[in-house]
Amino acid sequence: MDDLIKRIETKFTILDKKHQRDDLVFLTMEKSHVVDVLTCLRDTEGFRHLVMISAVDYIEYDVFQLTYLVHSYERHVDLGICLNVDRNNPVMDSIHHLWAGAQVYQREIKEMYGIDFPESPRVDEPMILEGWDDIPPLRRDFDTKKYAEETFFPREGRKTHDPRKVMEEQLYPHESKVKYEIKRLVRGNRNHS
Amino acid sequence: METATIHKEQTAGKKHPPASAWDPFWSENDELDLSSGKYTKIWHGPQHPGVTGNMALELTLEGDIIRKCHTHVGYLHRGFEKLMERRKYIQCFPIVCRICVPEPDVNEYLFAAGLEELAHIEIPKRAKWIRTLMLEMVRTAFLTMVTGGQAGSFGLGTIGQWAVTHRDYMLDLFEELTGGRVYHMYILPGGVRHELPDGFGDRVEKVLQKIEKLMATIEKVMFTNAVFKARSKGLGVISPDWVEPFGITGTTARAAGIPNDVRKDNPYLIYDQLEFEPITGTESDVYERAWLRKEEVLQSIRLIRQILKKMPQKGPVREKLPNVLNWKVPSGETYVRAESGRGEMGYYMVSDGTEYPRRVHVRGASYTHAMALLEQLAVGNDVADLAGLMVSLQTCPPEIER
Repeated sequence: MDDLIKRIETKFTILDKKHQRDDLVFLTMEKSHVVDVLTCLRDTEGFRHLVMISAVDYIEYDVFQLTYLVHSYERHVDLGICLNVDRNNPVMDSIHHLWAGAQVYQREIKEMYGIDFPESPRVDEPMILEGWDDIPPLRRDFDTKKYAEETFFPREGRKTHDPRKVMEEQLYPHESKVKYEIKRLVRGNRNHS
Repeated sequence: METATIHKEQTAGKKHPPASAWDPFWSENDELDLSSGKYTKIWHGPQHPGVTGNMALELTLEGDIIRKCHTHVGYLHRGFEKLMERRKYIQCFPIVCRICVPEPDVNEYLFAAGLEELAHIEIPKRAKWIRTLMLEMVRTAFLTMVTGGQAGSFGLGTIGQWAVTHRDYMLDLFEELTGGRVYHMYILPGGVRHELPDGFGDRVEKVLQKIEKLMATIEKVMFTNAVFKARSKGLGVISPDWVEPFGITGTTARAAGIPNDVRKDNPYLIYDQLEFEPITGTESDVYERAWLRKEEVLQSIRLIRQILKKMPQKGPVREKLPNVLNWKVPSGETYVRAESGRGEMGYYMVSDGTEYPRRVHVRGASYTHAMALLEQLAVGNDVADLAGLMVSLQTCPPEIER
């Protein structure tokens, strides 16, 4: 694995390295190099299985992190190629010409995060959310609670339980009793004063 | 007769495009003149007995022959990945098991394994054995049901009923062990929920014998049946050249002669201590895949026997965890994988150091099988064979629209 990373380093700039396991390394690269890196890995290094493409929304840094995970059946190791896409201009080059299966991932990411992959087949067609007109729902700034409250209505006579409270009562009965008793006393005093 | 001739001419050479001239979107390139009156557009699903789960196929037919197929999913979307971002790690367990209904434990295992890796938790030895036992049991139940489903999709409904009954015997064992028949939530971070009940191994053995007997019957009734053979042989042939571009894994890849098995290639839990070899085929059609699945049920049965024999009889089954409701998992990212009945299943998990997961991405085998591959594979086939083809690719919609 170290030899491989050294070989990649001679050709491309690696911004960050994370050794997660012996058989899994995440490399952060420049956005403009990623398609070339993936082509090189597929054609010369034997990473011919595209495991998945995923996106993570780092709203606090104003970027999306895209992760391409590739696997080599000869060495049985995985390599995650990460890159950052600007949140205000979310566009990335498509890799459907390298792996036919990639078009589905790209279509989903376009729908769920709004990251565009120009030239990817049928990338503009809705995949899961037909008729969706809100912001892409897997972005961090999409408020699920607000959406649910606006879209669905409360039913008469229906009880809801806070899952956290139920679990606390089941798993840590004594601690939960003490905690809620303290809360009750503090609140009582606060209201009193 | 006329349709058959057209079918033969137009699909000649399309089932096995040569590797050099391989074009991933060959079916997309055919421009169909819909105003010519030659074609009919129909919706196959989302409510249809021949569709696995809730998904729809938009078909363009010429007579009975499929000329174009587009998959439509979204009928089962519950937003699992988004829900998990708003829940504490322990609260995600009732969610992850719902990502695949017939085989929920793989999801539980993967979520727990990813979490343990991020939080640097080493689980007890006996817990590893029990987890493997659980995974193989659920794999046996799932593959038995799929074998029955494959028979049902070609009109042999009785075999489907036998298979569902035998899956139910396995569900009885799960009920005894975990309290739940379908969703178990038995595999938790740090190990498993509790110890196996007394005499559990003997009761597992009894069910295994029943399933073995069923498989012997199925071999006679289904695999030598003239109708089943005539309809499934030569249907849905996947060329080995397609395996890597489409990310095909599991039985579907092994039927094409490629011996990829996560249990063997990247051994997890205690698979490196078990003796087994991936079973491969050559023909890569629906019949071959059904046959391999039957063989894999028998392989899983052998594995369960090995596990029960070699398993340490005593020891802790669960590591002590911090208060799971205020559990801050160190930041990092990882990918864990396991072999499910459908192929490679994986979880990509990102933690940002808080009590909530930053991102959980579920990689299911049917994602590429049902979306990219099925659209290509259905073209040129008879619409009546589509149900058999879908079962053979083991499409599982909740895995696609997490």
